[in-house]
Amino acid sequence: MSEITYREGLRRALHDAMAEDQTVIVLGEDVAAAGGAFKVTDGLLERFGEDRVLDTPISEQAIIGAAIGAAAQGLRPVAEVMFADFAATCFDGIANQLPKYRYMTGGQVSVPAVVRMANGAGGGYAAQHSQSVENWFLNVPGLKVATPARPADAYGLLRAAIDDPDPVLVFEHKGLYNAKEEVGELRRVELGKAAVVRSGTDLTVVASQQMLHRALEAAAGLAAEGIEATVIDPRTVAPLDVATVLGSVEATNRLLVVQESPAAGSWGATLVAEVSEQAFELFDAPPRLLSGEATPIPYAASLESHWLPSVERIADAVRAVVEF
Amino acid sequence: MSGLPEVEEQLDWLRSMHLIRGFEDEVNAFFAKGLVRGSTHLCQGQEAVSVGACRALAEQDTMTCTYRGHGAVLAKGAPLDRTFAEILGRAGGLCGGKGGSMHLTDTSVGAFGSFAVIGAHLPIANGLALGGRLLGRDSVSLCFFGDGTANIGAFHEALNLAAIWKLPVVFVCENNLYGEYTAIAKTTPIDALADRADSYGMAKARIDGNDVGVVYDTVTDAADRARSGGGPSLIEAMTYRHKGHSRSDPAAYRPDGELESWLEWDPILLHERALGEQGVAEATLGEIGTAAAAAVATARDRALSWPEPDAATRLEDVYA
Repeated sequence: MSEITYREGLRRALHDAMAEDQTVIVLGEDVAAAGGAFKVTDGLLERFGEDRVLDTPISEQAIIGAAIGAAAQGLRPVAEVMFADFAATCFDGIANQLPKYRYMTGGQVSVPAVVRMANGAGGGYAAQHSQSVENWFLNVPGLKVATPARPADAYGLLRAAIDDPDPVLVFEHKGLYNAKEEVGELRRVELGKAAVVRSGTDLTVVASQQMLHRALEAAAGLAAEGIEATVIDPRTVAPLDVATVLGSVEATNRLLVVQESPAAGSWGATLVAEVSEQAFELFDAPPRLLSGEATPIPYAASLESHWLPSVERIADAVRAVVEF
Repeated sequence: MSGLPEVEEQLDWLRSMHLIRGFEDEVNAFFAKGLVRGSTHLCQGQEAVSVGACRALAEQDTMTCTYRGHGAVLAKGAPLDRTFAEILGRAGGLCGGKGGSMHLTDTSVGAFGSFAVIGAHLPIANGLALGGRLLGRDSVSLCFFGDGTANIGAFHEALNLAAIWKLPVVFVCENNLYGEYTAIAKTTPIDALADRADSYGMAKARIDGNDVGVVYDTVTDAADRARSGGGPSLIEAMTYRHKGHSRSDPAAYRPDGELESWLEWDPILLHERALGEQGVAEATLGEIGTAAAAAVATARDRALSWPEPDAATRLEDVYA
């Protein structure tokens, strides 16, 4: 066992994938000489050279397009779009080209490309550098979407994404890069499988990324009050592992979903709808969705701290569901 | 300049242009009969760009094009019957009926897709070039697009990146004078779109896109340069769309006499004249046209006889 950070999990995934497979390349703004804006690609240029680790201009459409075309030729490109908010500048590439190339061509073209982006509020980056935007892409069949929350999963999901024959968006979280975890041997994590991170009998809490950590903190506090929560990390939001959540709700009969993004059109809303549709009779209380507020993300600490679901608000929501 | 190949090869260019012209006429007729869904964008008048450029490529090279891409995909070698069938939405179509007129693709001949969002495929053409280079394929990525694309952001991002990385890409702008329904002069402050290459330190050429020999020659030089590490080129091929933008456009905005004057500069007529000057008999030229018309009719009838796709196939090819 050794302790690694979330950033280190991602970094090792890239190093290991590039060492094992000559067709893996990395491209993006500042990824080579600078080692990445968030230092996830540190050391790749020195180890694998400038043919396989490519700095690009600030041209997100060019980055995504290069990844798509290179993947169509048989490479496994890993493109970085830095702040996930910038996905808006290359939305056509991610939503119209990447996921549809195989389908429109009747299966003639494979696009085994990975796009890495950094989600996450809480750091005071305001409205255009703080969003968690995985929900923008849920409505696009053809994409897989991973949202790692913990260091071993960061490694395992990124490895699985690079191996996958289809395009995968990997949303990292800026607030978690320094999060630490004791890990054993690092392994690939199958896309589409949720993880039960904590077991309890009183309710099921599903939370991703930063909200997973806050939900675990809330659950630890609530245990002192006699409330025992199961906490599930979906790990990928497309495919979304509804079965694991259903299995848990069968035992707890109560569901709370916590996510960082606003509620409209989100994976959390989809999960609540799916579980309600498939097992409405299980519920002893209405399922609840706790989300970021429906405004742009504010700058000031006193404003942003209210925008994000806090440990206290999660605990309050748990009490409300349990005491219903 | 690299010069023209043997007359036999030039006769094949004529054959190919006739096939594309006849193909598009049939698609036009299909549309009128309600056999084509959505819309379709015909390329009559622009055949010399497709044929001249594709014939300058090697087997390992890739080609990407736009929704006005029937001619490009056929020129790259896609079979007539399966191309008809895709537009008809038949199971035997190039893409199994999932793509249609705007997404014709046949990777077995290097036709890596027709893209229906303006500018979207220029960055992808870069990726095909990058992938080819890193995998040691010695391939060139040919990318067709229209004049309207020169004003979209992806054009500039793609040309800049291709130039920085010296990618083996040949960008071929088919300037047919209209971006959809609007004359290029109303949307673009410069006359020669090829001049935009200067901003990226890229080789450029502005040529008569209706002269198949000139297109062949220019693309051959650009492909040679790309393959030998000399980087990308931007070629502006001046041409003219005989029909409107799409099947819903009668092109009433065109000034009187413009179409007629371009019909006198028709690429098939020009090439027949050039072949005549090289000593090819008029009867030989006529036979090529007749044989092409027969081949188009046979392929059309075969495609029409094929079944529609099984409904279950709609769920396939979303993921591997």
